[in-house]
Amino acid sequence: MTKEIQKQEVIVTGFGGQGIVLAGKILGMAAALGDHKESTLVQSYGPESRGGACCAQVIISNRIIQYPYVKTADALICMSQSAYEKYKDQLKPEGYLITDRDLVTPDGCREFFDIPATRMAEELGRKMMANIIMLGFVTAITALVSKAAAQEAVQSSVPKGTEEMNLKAFTKGFEYGVSKLKGKEKKATGQIGVTS
Amino acid sequence: MKSHVLTGEHFINGDEACAEGAIAAGCKFFGGYPITPATEVAEQISIRLPQVGGTFIQMEDEIAAMTSILGAAWTGVKSMTATSGPGFSLMMETVGLAVVTETPCVVVNVQRAGPSTGLPTQGAQADMMQARWGSHGDYEIIALAPSSPQEMFDLTITAFNLSETYRTPVFIMSDEIVGHMSEKVIIPEARKIKTVSRPRPTGRKDRFLPYKPGPNGVAPMPAIGDGYNVHVTGLTHDEKGYPVMSVETQKEMMARLLGKIRNNLDDIILTEEHRLEDADIVVVSYGVSARTAYTAVEEARQMGIKMGLLRLITVWPFPEEKIRSLAKRVKGFITVEINMGQICREVQRFAGLTPTYLAGHPGGAIIPPEDVLKIAKEALA
Repeated sequence: MTKEIQKQEVIVTGFGGQGIVLAGKILGMAAALGDHKESTLVQSYGPESRGGACCAQVIISNRIIQYPYVKTADALICMSQSAYEKYKDQLKPEGYLITDRDLVTPDGCREFFDIPATRMAEELGRKMMANIIMLGFVTAITALVSKAAAQEAVQSSVPKGTEEMNLKAFTKGFEYGVSKLKGKEKKATGQIGVTS
Repeated sequence: MKSHVLTGEHFINGDEACAEGAIAAGCKFFGGYPITPATEVAEQISIRLPQVGGTFIQMEDEIAAMTSILGAAWTGVKSMTATSGPGFSLMMETVGLAVVTETPCVVVNVQRAGPSTGLPTQGAQADMMQARWGSHGDYEIIALAPSSPQEMFDLTITAFNLSETYRTPVFIMSDEIVGHMSEKVIIPEARKIKTVSRPRPTGRKDRFLPYKPGPNGVAPMPAIGDGYNVHVTGLTHDEKGYPVMSVETQKEMMARLLGKIRNNLDDIILTEEHRLEDADIVVVSYGVSARTAYTAVEEARQMGIKMGLLRLITVWPFPEEKIRSLAKRVKGFITVEINMGQICREVQRFAGLTPTYLAGHPGGAIIPPEDVLKIAKEALA
């Protein structure tokens, strides 16, 4: 019996300079090296080093991946409004929409998970770490990669000397995600009467 | 001694894997000029070469980069450069010099869409004919096309081995997508990696003939400074390496240059076959497009279309016998490549009366499998 194909397709997108490709790389690395799955990361970016549209596409599977681009996404992670507008239609109806709350206003057609990742990174004193906070959040919300694999991948991908700071950022995002999930659960079971 | 090879599992991109392949192959010199999307090859190897006692030089341009790796090769080391289309064009004159002086070296072209400056950050496979015929004169060349970061590692080693065996420049014809794609790359233990070094001369130094071929048609190559007489010229030369302006010498030299490749095709040509046994229609592809082709084969089979894949790992010399023999039993060939029909023409040359089709693209994006399926359905209708 051949194993059933379990394939997850992810788009991480935003502006050049936000660490979009690094976020995609950490996700792919966590899946490949930590969780021992197959994974592929492709990227697209403009000629500008900062400010242009940027997109990382990650496919995670239990089988060898041939075609490396995302057809329909199981998760769409947006860190800019223009990126959201460009890719929102590629997300599966049951897929996860995950956004930076201060940078993206979704059109309200579907449920989504948001985190003020950039603001939280600024509070930590490093705006650059918004991508790592976002990764922690994504790890908590989705089952794309295991927490241990993601942490390990963060540690080996960030500049030397910044590992601890980045892991702290990851944990912040992760914890935010866990409490967000709890909130949704409570809401779903009618334990709280307020709408968020 | 500590191994220079980074044995283990890595999640790296194709460009970085290429640099690691070069290190594992024993490359000790890289002369280059940065260009998107090949810059990461230079970036990685500029860090790695000093660690292994090698030399990295950023030259003033690609003409100098190509020339520098020839000079390095003649000092006895394995050398490489990496570039993309615009740089590849500038290197072409010196590629001819490498061919005629039988200088082993590896040239990586991470292809982007052209002509000219084109789409710097987007992939293509439109330099395939330039790789074959870009320098003037008649010659044979070896070009390999990796489909994944793992193959960027593996085939860089193969490229060095072929270039050392046959004393010829070898091209690695990658593309932006494979170059910038990250995947798991497994680097074996150093002792499990097969590396080849050029045959070196032995015997009397005063009687040495630098262009007198050995049994496989290739002459042993001394390094400058070994004490053997070395004369390196782009002019037509005899076995001594001295210029001789005669038709007879030209004939002999050309026979040797072409023969050392043409008489060793079985050793040089690498292909992969997938579900060809009962195929009605064969997809011919290479590099990143082979991944589209592979997916198309799987989807076609689910629809009941008997499609198979012939993946060209070696694109030059072209596996013409393979096409000829397949042409006798299949109903058609579809070549999948990110250009407007380059390798497709080669397939056509050897397909005889069997119809050939192109699933091409003007550049900047991968070809979707649906394009291949559409052509297959029309071909078999």
